Amino acid sequence: MRNKENHSLLIKGGQLIDPTARINAPMDVLLRDRRVAEIAPTNKIRGGADEKFDARGLIVAPGFIDLHVHLREPGQSYKESIATGTAAAATGGFTSVCCMPNTHPVVDSPDWVTWLQAPERGAVVNVFPIAAATKASKGATLTDFRALQHAGAVAVTDDGKPILGDAVMREALRLAAELNFPVIQHAEDTRMTEHCSMNDGPTAFRLGLRGMKAEAEASIVERDVLLAQQFTGARLHVAHLSTAEALKAVRRGKRSKARVTCEVTPHHFTLVDSDIRDYDTNFKMNPPLRSASDREALLVALADGTVDAIATDHAPHASHEKLVEFERAAFGITGLETALGLAITRLHREHKIPLTRIVELFTAGPARVIDLRGRGTLARGSHADVTILDPKKRWTFEAAKSRSKSRNTPFDGWQLTGKAVATIVGGRVVYRTG
Amino acid sequence: MINAARGSLLGIEHLGAEAILGMLKLARRMNPQKPRPLLRGKKVLLLFYEPSTRTRSSFEIAAKSLGAITTLVQSSGSSIEKGESLLDTGYTLRALGADVIVIRHPNAGAPLLMAQHVDIPIINAGDGMHEHPSQALLDAYTILRHKKTLKGLHVAIIGDIYHSRVARSAIHLLSKFGAKITLCGPPELLPEVAATLTPGLHITRTIEDAIRGVDVLMLLRVQRERLVGMKISLQDYIRRYQVTMPRLKLAKKDALLMHPGPIIRGLELTAVVADCPQSAIVDEVRNGVPVRMAILARALGRAR
Repeated sequence: MRNKENHSLLIKGGQLIDPTARINAPMDVLLRDRRVAEIAPTNKIRGGADEKFDARGLIVAPGFIDLHVHLREPGQSYKESIATGTAAAATGGFTSVCCMPNTHPVVDSPDWVTWLQAPERGAVVNVFPIAAATKASKGATLTDFRALQHAGAVAVTDDGKPILGDAVMREALRLAAELNFPVIQHAEDTRMTEHCSMNDGPTAFRLGLRGMKAEAEASIVERDVLLAQQFTGARLHVAHLSTAEALKAVRRGKRSKARVTCEVTPHHFTLVDSDIRDYDTNFKMNPPLRSASDREALLVALADGTVDAIATDHAPHASHEKLVEFERAAFGITGLETALGLAITRLHREHKIPLTRIVELFTAGPARVIDLRGRGTLARGSHADVTILDPKKRWTFEAAKSRSKSRNTPFDGWQLTGKAVATIVGGRVVYRTG
Repeated sequence: MINAARGSLLGIEHLGAEAILGMLKLARRMNPQKPRPLLRGKKVLLLFYEPSTRTRSSFEIAAKSLGAITTLVQSSGSSIEKGESLLDTGYTLRALGADVIVIRHPNAGAPLLMAQHVDIPIINAGDGMHEHPSQALLDAYTILRHKKTLKGLHVAIIGDIYHSRVARSAIHLLSKFGAKITLCGPPELLPEVAATLTPGLHITRTIEDAIRGVDVLMLLRVQRERLVGMKISLQDYIRRYQVTMPRLKLAKKDALLMHPGPIIRGLELTAVVADCPQSAIVDEVRNGVPVRMAILARALGRAR
């Protein structure tokens, strides 16, 4: 299991689902030298391997990719560190995570992008930094996209702080188009959401909380889609899309020549605003839990292909930032360890979305959004990142046992079906159930 | 679901009709002119994160009329100003020997948070835009001094309902007892979603329709600053929603005019209306004391 250069691992007897290669069949997978060396029907791979993994009864999938994770470094390691966040990712079956730049300081320079990827950070899965689109994410001056990309950033965003200025967003899309670089937008017109702490609607009215209107999200997505259409090759990715209105804009964008993609979080396809009980701040995140009809629209879009990826928006916070008045509590919940279980329990078992589609939303979909070459598939020669999962495993999520530093989850004690059994990064098993 | 200490009063919404009637009945036996030492030696902490005149002094007088010791803690000039969290303040007050905490807070749900973590009764004296249960109880008490029952009573609630915790508590309470409620105000202060609060709520934008034939008018304060930036101007608001004598005459002859205060004469109502014989505004303030005596007695298990 050590990092021997030509270490080989044979995954035997599993059901291989590789959406890119259109494979859903019993296949063995041989990993060697950090790459996929061979895939073949069960028992057809000749020759030995240093290590074997018995995957009978399990699904073997390309390593899961999470496009939206807050690892909190630099500067906020009391919430999470790259080491603990990626350990949680591995436990959840993710082999790659993209980390958001809204740290202290903001990741707006190539130096910080390099820093995030240094071995000293102790990452146990691949970390792909997403850099700030504007200096200090203030929305005024664009960062040096070319230098950031060169340092290893896979996209730019001012996540948490949307780019409101039309001219700035237009210029970001234009420059990024030249570099084939995605611009990720946290779509929220913050001029409409001041002092708001949840979704607008009956629950907000009853609780006496100011509500964020769906228009605050949709209006930004609509504008961004229009701007993206102005530049050939522009790539717009809508982060944590949560409303039916915004989905309409994405659908329009996808029909045009612009490259518009979007992600949806497990909490938005699982919960709705009326689930907020007793001002439980573990139900407070941004975008907020929306109405039942928004959730229905997300389920349709997850099934029909409009949504490109499931992303967690894993947002760890310390207890003192959550154990306060609802309106004063930090936005965000953890999500790396519950994403797969929620997807199988809710999307597959309840809403009959095929497992192949769910695997796509965790693998090929996100890989396409940020053009991760050689990942999101197990085609021969790809990176040896594999997620082995048991889609029938019933288990209970216990927040207290989370590998994350933080415990801010609404899913503590939830019974879920479907769990990662092993997570393999670069041919090395980084997580395996006990 | 909530492990609040027995006797806590966090809101009307989750309170049963029995409990409400019990408190109103108890209030009728309370008289600040005849102090009863039911709470002798008990420490009532008044924790006020917002300015308040009537609610604060009403609770204080109620507590003292029952023989309790009161201590006022306000956000300004206390460790709250230094950044102490709500719960740490709660633990501190508990350690000082508080037997009950009466809390007024600008954030909805703050009393509930306190009640979930501090093991003494918590009384909500108004939390953000959420609830103001003692006001609803004293309003019900006041109505029942004049009307036989709440059932079937026509009540119009007029003004800034969106921002009003008084309105939410009143709607919950009156609905539980079968009153027929009409809400009236401009869309900015009364969004359509307000009708979802309880079943059977009716919304109108026309004050004449709201008032016609009602038994009770409940007015709410309209904060001038909240009209800033809205479609409706102050003059427009006054023209369309101010309660004047001709408008009041549309109500039943014996209709009761209520307002939680502070009133702004010349804005939501004219001075003549404020002082007219049907006005129960001063009664409400007076009734606040026995009602809060009942709330405190119940909180400390001395509901005799």
